[in-house]
Amino acid sequence: MPDRTETFAGGFANAVFDSQAVFRTLMDCMARPGQTGEVTLSLAPPAPLGIAAGAVMLTLCDHDTPVWLSPKLSQSPVPGWLAFHGGAPLTTERHEARFAFFEGRAPLPSLGAFALGSQEYPDRSTTLIIEVASLDNGQPLTLSGPGIRDTAGIAPNGLPADFLRQWSGNGALFPRGVDVVLTAGRRLVALPRTCKITAKTLTESVAETPASEG
Amino acid sequence: MYVAVKGGEKAIANAHRLLADRRRGDRSLPGLTIAQLIGQLGLAVDRVMAEASLYDQSLAALALKQARGDMIEAIFLLRAYRTTLPRFGASVPLETGRMQVERRVSATYKDLPGGQLLGPTFDYTHRLLDPDLLNETAEVEEPARRDGEAEAVMRVSDILDREGLIEPDGEMPEDHVPGDLTREPMEFPMPRDLRLQALARGDEGFLLALGYSTQRGYGRTHPFVGEIRMGLVEVEFEVPELGLTLSLGEIRITECQMVNQFKGSAKAPPQFTRGYGLVFGQSERKAMSMSLVDRALRTGEFGEDVVAPAQDEEFVISHCDNVQATGFVEHLKLPHYVDFQAELDLVRRMRARHKPAEETTEHEEAAE
Amino acid sequence: MSAPHTEPVTAPESAGEAELAAYNFAYLDEQTKRMIRRAILKAIAIPGYQVPFASREMPMPYGWGTGGVQVTAAIIGPEDVLKVIDQGADDTTNAVSIRAFFQKVAAVRATTHTADATIIQTRHRIPEHTLKEGQVLVYQVPIPEPLRFLEPRETETRKMHALEEYGLMHVKLYEDIARHGRIATTYAYPVKVHGRYVMDPSPTPKFDNPKMHRSEALQLFGAGREKRIYAVPPHTDVVSLDFEDHPFEVQQFDRPCALCGATHVYLDEVVLDDRGGRMFVCSDTDYCETRQAEGHVGEMLATSEREAAE
Repeated sequence: MPDRTETFAGGFANAVFDSQAVFRTLMDCMARPGQTGEVTLSLAPPAPLGIAAGAVMLTLCDHDTPVWLSPKLSQSPVPGWLAFHGGAPLTTERHEARFAFFEGRAPLPSLGAFALGSQEYPDRSTTLIIEVASLDNGQPLTLSGPGIRDTAGIAPNGLPADFLRQWSGNGALFPRGVDVVLTAGRRLVALPRTCKITAKTLTESVAETPASEG
Repeated sequence: MYVAVKGGEKAIANAHRLLADRRRGDRSLPGLTIAQLIGQLGLAVDRVMAEASLYDQSLAALALKQARGDMIEAIFLLRAYRTTLPRFGASVPLETGRMQVERRVSATYKDLPGGQLLGPTFDYTHRLLDPDLLNETAEVEEPARRDGEAEAVMRVSDILDREGLIEPDGEMPEDHVPGDLTREPMEFPMPRDLRLQALARGDEGFLLALGYSTQRGYGRTHPFVGEIRMGLVEVEFEVPELGLTLSLGEIRITECQMVNQFKGSAKAPPQFTRGYGLVFGQSERKAMSMSLVDRALRTGEFGEDVVAPAQDEEFVISHCDNVQATGFVEHLKLPHYVDFQAELDLVRRMRARHKPAEETTEHEEAAE
Repeated sequence: MSAPHTEPVTAPESAGEAELAAYNFAYLDEQTKRMIRRAILKAIAIPGYQVPFASREMPMPYGWGTGGVQVTAAIIGPEDVLKVIDQGADDTTNAVSIRAFFQKVAAVRATTHTADATIIQTRHRIPEHTLKEGQVLVYQVPIPEPLRFLEPRETETRKMHALEEYGLMHVKLYEDIARHGRIATTYAYPVKVHGRYVMDPSPTPKFDNPKMHRSEALQLFGAGREKRIYAVPPHTDVVSLDFEDHPFEVQQFDRPCALCGATHVYLDEVVLDDRGGRMFVCSDTDYCETRQAEGHVGEMLATSEREAAE
């Protein structure tokens, strides 16, 4: 039985201005992959949903957006919290989801199982919000692509095991593909599908993303 | 010496003051009341409600007054207001079979259950200007009233349906959620519910012209007016949380069911086809035009070729909205001098290069 | 977080008996903002691709900036400083009207200085002052589909984008060359974004196209009537279509601005009299005024004005 206080509490204090602030942070991060955004307002989503992930959820999800939750999140008070504050319908079909949320250390299913959009409507794809332990003390990664002058760097700690391999496959589908937001507590980094990621260490298999240029 | 033109803000404020003055007109005359507009210019109010997709006589009358009688401007005002309203859900489909009928005519049967009821129509009035209206000199008689309970009047399409003579009234799948093009982006091809919504909001004049064009051979559909009915229907709203259906009140609508050209194949015996129109308020012209265009747009369903404008879904739906159309046509009066400068420069350059050739030609002609 | 306007802005008129609803901050309701915000994020993720969105009826006419206004309304917050230009000028009537709208419904700070603005909504121009990181340029777009005048059907153009089939566009540009000896497109000149989508830059003069290429600012495009949003993220390749033997070139003006003496800027022609007298002045009024304030003088700048100012 989920705790009812958790369901009703912990939302935006002022939905209009809080969601605007979170959206601008997210938009700036989506436009500048590698740039870290921080959610500074007070928000208390039920565990194991992080603050930034919860803020993104309340900012973007509503009746029109089916949401997929990882098995652990589905078992938590998060569905009730989402229903109360966002009213978004849950779906167990990954390809129907507009948004998908993962708590820290959750296994990552195949990205290809989510909505990838079609060649005609590549925007009809899932955005995945993936919690990691930290954005800067893990494996150093080099980012390039639109939004980045030359290269940018992040070092997420706790990225799902085969994320880089899957991400490279996702990039090859361009213009189709999913988009990802990595969250770590209050912080977030966005990875639009155009973002190319390479591991800095030579031992790591360097993700060779095929050029999308025609 | 040159001083750039400034003062856009002031110019706008002054223009709006003048507009307010022109709207009010002669101050020695009383201003129009909303009740007068609803009572005496009811069909104008109806059109504003229909094309704004908002059933509210007072607001439509207000829009009409504020727009100085400009219909499209009034529709625009009411639509801009409608956009800001919260949306609670979709009503239960209207049951027009239970309409409290004020007018009902059929062109396909001489007599039928429920009878023909002319109602408040301009039909058969002689279009002679009535001098009595100049000063409201003549007393207006009370209308004749029929006694007894208003009964449900069967639909003409049901008569044909019983014999299997007309195609079934397409049922939507159980889980179908009615579309709403004011909430979702448009996409072609469009399901029929969205198409009908677009037509119901569409410009009366545009649909009239398109409907007319089908009669003149641009996508002929052999239409018969199965039935036109106008009157009050109840709007009901289901509240699943409470397990009950609430009545939200009654609205006046006009419905037209057109019976069209039959279709048949080796497998299916011939059947008439349907065209459907439904409009807020009393507007037969709009409901009839809509049903003609609806049938024309079903061309693909019947395996007919798209050969005429009225059959072309993307063309019709993309251009039937008068608020969109007027905005884009009228935006041409906004400054375009940056673009025009670019064109001007190009034309000057091309003319400069062209000149020698022209002069030669003239010279040669003169020599001949 | 400072939120100076938590009270909803009330509608100016009351409908007699009828109660009119109060408008939300920045006019749009929150559900509409979320819908537009989702579209903006997808637009950024797929540079140059036109994301369909459920454009709302705005209290200004379609074709007059409803797309730009909806994008601005969805992103704007109390911290923002807004600049609105039309034809490069802050003082054109429609720019004044849109700025007044946001001052009314969002009580936002406004500026005419390009460098001070966080959001710049524009029609037909990109400011001369180079845009910086942290700025968002919102374009009002009438016809977002670059292929529309070659193929009027949305169903067809969508396929062409899907298949990256842009041959028709090249044929059109080449026909120009055959007929006129040059590409005769002077504004709304098509560009290719991130090497994939051909995009309409809105009816800006092609003079402004190079400014879009790898700009530090985020560029968002809103087409209200046509219900499309698209975007160019910062530092993204925006290449004007051309041919090896007919490379893309911008307009050249053979004289400086008559007021501030600027060269390499876009100029408007001002007709001075009915005897053919004319002058050319900066279309970007803020750029021109800033230069004049810095002491730059064009040949027609009123000397009396300068003296009075001193």
